[in-house]
Amino acid sequence: MVLITRKIEFSASHLYHNPAFSAEENRRVFGKCNNPHGHGHNYTLEVTVAGEPDPVTGMVLDLKELKEILEREVMRRMDHRFLNYEVAELKGKIPTCENIARVIWELLDPKIKQGRLHRVRLYESGDLFADCYRNGAAC
Amino acid sequence: MSVKIELGRRYRFAASHRLHTDQLSEEDNVRMFGKCANPYGHGHNYVLEISVSGDVDPATGMIANLADLDSFVEREVLDEFDHRSLNEDVAAFRDVVPTTENLCIEIYERLKSFPKAKLERVRVQETTNNSFEYDGNQKGNAS
Repeated sequence: MVLITRKIEFSASHLYHNPAFSAEENRRVFGKCNNPHGHGHNYTLEVTVAGEPDPVTGMVLDLKELKEILEREVMRRMDHRFLNYEVAELKGKIPTCENIARVIWELLDPKIKQGRLHRVRLYESGDLFADCYRNGAAC
Repeated sequence: MSVKIELGRRYRFAASHRLHTDQLSEEDNVRMFGKCANPYGHGHNYVLEISVSGDVDPATGMIANLADLDSFVEREVLDEFDHRSLNEDVAAFRDVVPTTENLCIEIYERLKSFPKAKLERVRVQETTNNSFEYDGNQKGNAS
């Protein structure tokens, strides 16, 4: 099995706020991520697909096709958007790195037909990221 | 469809060390460790990367609150390691060579009791060309 990883970057804004919490509780749990008008990040997404190289083409998958899937499913949905208000899949969820990575996994998994989605890694900054794996698969 | 989510966090510390063991002759120390055995030690800017897993709390969207994780890592590792000599200032390395392999194991042991999530692995980057990982599996069997 070979793993192939493609990286893209997008910029988006978000804030953390749970309407079930009091204002004080929101502030205590989420800190400055609770500032009411939001803030933004340059996100880096690494998508890793596992598979066997095709004996004829030498490729696990057509990277151009993966690039198009990422453009359609992630860039158009999230790039230069306010994640809380503009991304339907995140409605009602706190748009943490964990939740965004999971949404991206769920968007990409059914679309990747050549090879199998192995890992979604989403960096919110150089020092913070979330990894998403298929449950039971070796990391 | 079920997925597993891990939270990854990077920290930095600067420390000095010397690779040397009293169990080898001076000649053998130099042969084994090269310039890393120079008597007064040398330093690195280490990058510590840790991954934790657990259920994402629907109320917060988080596996673990970063403030809790950061303060735990600060207390258990960074306060004692940053701007220190690993050989002289960290008791665990009095008789253990502070290679980055052993550093990974020591850090894993210190962090595995994090109460809010499961520690999956520790990765320590000694330089941009060297990094080491430890997931608590001492026997080396594939997990």
